[in-house]
Amino acid sequence: MKAVKQVRGNAIPLNRADVDTDQIIPKQFLKRIERTGYGEFAFFDWRKDDDFITNRIQYKDAPIMLAQQNFGCGSSREHAVWALEDMGVEAVIAPSFGDIFRNNCSKVGLLTIQLDQDDVDYLMSRAEELPEGEIVINLENQTVMIGSEWSRQFKIDEFVKHRLLNGLDDIGITLANEQKISSFEEIRSSFLPSTDQAGQDNLKIN
Amino acid sequence: MTQPQTIVDKIWEQHVVHAEQGKPDLLYIDLHLVHEVTSPQAFDGLRMTNRSVRRPDLTLATVDHNVPTTDRTLPNPDPLSTQQIEVLRTNCKDFDIPLWDIFDLRQGIVHIISPEHGLTQPGMTIVCGDSHTSTHGAFGALAFGIGTSEVEHVLATQTLPQSRPKTMSVEVTGELGVGVTAKDVILAIIQRTGVDGGVGHVIEYRGDVIRNLSMEERMTVCNMTIEGGARAGLIAPDEKTFEYLHGKEFSPSGLDWDQQIENWGKLVSDEGAVFDQSIVLDGNNIAPHVTWGTTPAQSVPVSDVVPNPDDATTASSRETAQRALKYMGLEAGTAITDIGIDRVFIGSCTNGRIEDLRRAATIIEGQKVSSSVSAMIVPGSGKVKQQAEEEGLDLIFKDAGFEWREPGCSMCLGMNPDILLPQERCASTSNRNFEGRQGAGGRTHLVSPEMAAAAAIAGNFVDVREII
Repeated sequence: MKAVKQVRGNAIPLNRADVDTDQIIPKQFLKRIERTGYGEFAFFDWRKDDDFITNRIQYKDAPIMLAQQNFGCGSSREHAVWALEDMGVEAVIAPSFGDIFRNNCSKVGLLTIQLDQDDVDYLMSRAEELPEGEIVINLENQTVMIGSEWSRQFKIDEFVKHRLLNGLDDIGITLANEQKISSFEEIRSSFLPSTDQAGQDNLKIN
Repeated sequence: MTQPQTIVDKIWEQHVVHAEQGKPDLLYIDLHLVHEVTSPQAFDGLRMTNRSVRRPDLTLATVDHNVPTTDRTLPNPDPLSTQQIEVLRTNCKDFDIPLWDIFDLRQGIVHIISPEHGLTQPGMTIVCGDSHTSTHGAFGALAFGIGTSEVEHVLATQTLPQSRPKTMSVEVTGELGVGVTAKDVILAIIQRTGVDGGVGHVIEYRGDVIRNLSMEERMTVCNMTIEGGARAGLIAPDEKTFEYLHGKEFSPSGLDWDQQIENWGKLVSDEGAVFDQSIVLDGNNIAPHVTWGTTPAQSVPVSDVVPNPDDATTASSRETAQRALKYMGLEAGTAITDIGIDRVFIGSCTNGRIEDLRRAATIIEGQKVSSSVSAMIVPGSGKVKQQAEEEGLDLIFKDAGFEWREPGCSMCLGMNPDILLPQERCASTSNRNFEGRQGAGGRTHLVSPEMAAAAAIAGNFVDVREII
C-alpha cells in the first residue's frame, strides 16, 4: 500500500445519499480477475446520463469525492474502492459510510473522511458553484481546509492513520505476531470443525 | 462479581490472539468461506508476496455467484465467468483448499452450504468475502463480510485485526400473524432502523418472535442484517440450534457433542448486559412487507400504498424517495396490490432454503403462473434441490409454469445470465432492491417466498393473508 499524507485538489459533488457499491461498480465488472482497470466502469449505469456529475469536464481527474450519508453501503466488493482509486479519487468526504466499504478503503489507502452534515453540505454547494475550488486534506493534522478561510478537524482511528501515513502492509504487521497465532492454535478447542476431510468428490449422479 | 457480558463480548474474548493498546484486536477466524468473485486478487496477492494459506483446513470454497443455473453439462456461454471459475479451481488446487465444485452435490450459495452441512456452529468466528456472511449469526456465531484485502489477510494468517464493534439489541416481541414471515420481520426492522441504523454495531436479535423462528427463518433474519448497516447480527443458540446441528456431517459427535452443548449453552447475553443501542418491535403488528423503492428500508405493508415523497421528514429523504419512485416507475398513492409484475425470482441466500421452497409450494400447488409473468425458482444448494425433488416440490413448481433451475446466486445479483431487462418489474425473495441490482434498469420488489409465489399466480401483488 502506498503512503497517504495529503490530498489536494478539487472535489466531485455527488449529492446523493445511500450510494451503494452496486452503483459504484456494477456486477458485470466483478468477473474480471485483475485488481486494476476498473475506473472506466465506475458508476457505469449513472454515467449513461451525459449530465451525471462524473461526466462533467470540470470534475475530470478530481482527487476528492463528496457524497451524502451512508456512502458505500451494501455489497462487500472491494472492486468499488479499486474503481474509485482507478478513476483518480484519493479521498471521499461524507457524513457517514458503509462499514465494509470504509474498512476496504483503509486497506487500499483511500481516505474516508467523516464530517458533520452541515460541513458536507457547505463543501457540496461550494464544489457545485466553484468546480475548480481546491480542498486540502492533511492526514497528519487530520484537517480539511479551503485556503486559510475554512478548516475542519476530522476523526480517524489512530492505527489506521499510522498505517496510511507509512503505507504499511497489514498482513506484514500481523505476521510479526506469528508466534502468538501459533500459541493460540495450540490451545484452540479441538471440538471445532475442520474442512480437512471436505475435499473429496461428492459428485451428482446425473 | 464479573461484569455482565453480551454474546458478542463472549465470542470476541474467546478469539483474541493479541491485544495491544491503541491497536485493533487480532481475532482468530474459525472458518473462512471463499467464492470465485472476491478471491482471485487475494490469491494473486499471496503469490506476489510468496505467502501460503495458513489453514486450508479451516477454509472452504465453492462456486456460486456467476455459475449458470441452466444445464451445466453445456458449455458456459460467458468466457469471463468461465475464466473466474477456472481461476478458483487453480487457486484451490495450488493452495490445497477444499472446493465444492459445480458438479458436486454440495455446491451452492456459500451461506446455505456451510450451515446445512454443520460447518457453521455457535461461538465461531466466520468470515467470507460477501456481505451476507451475517447469515451464519443465526447459530450464535460472529460472522461478517469482508473485502478482498481482508480475504488475503485471513488466507495468510487465519486472523483479522478488528476494532471492537458497538452492540445493538433488536427485540421482536409477541407473535407473528398467519402469512407473516421472517422476511417480513427483517424488512420491518430495516424500515424502522433505516439502511444505516446499524453502522458500527453488531446486532443481537431477541424476543419471543425470534425464539419461535426455525433455524432457517433465523438465517433469513440474520442474512439481511447488513441491509440495515450492521456488519453482523446474531441470535443466542438454543435447543432449536442444537437440534438442527445434531447429526450433521461436521457437527461434533459422542462425548464431544455433550461437551459442546454445555459450552454453547453459555452463549447468551448475561442478565443486565448493556447494549449501546436497543430497539423493540411488536411482532403482532408486522404485516407482509413489499419494498417500493431502491433501498431495503423503503418498504410498506402489502395493504398499504406507495408513499408520497412529500411526506418525508427531511429534504434529503424526500429527494431519495423521488429518485426511487422515478427509477421504479411508480406513482405515489398507488395501492401495492395494484402493482403488476413481469418476473418472479424465488431463491438466494435470503430465501433459497428448503423451508422457503415448501412454503412457496403450498401457495403454488394446483395453480398456474399468470400468463403475463415469467417465474423461476433457484434452489440455494444442490442439497436443497435434491431434497425438494424428493418431496416432489419441483413437480408442483413446473406444473404451475415455474422454471426449476440449478443452484447458485442467480438473479439475486445477476452475475450470470439470469437478469431483468430494463423496466421489467420483479417480485423477488432476494435481499437488495438497489438500482440495476438484478439487471440494468430492472425494478426489484423484495418480498417473502409466499408473497412472491402469490404474485406469480395473480400477476400483481396479493396480500397472502387473504389466501392462506
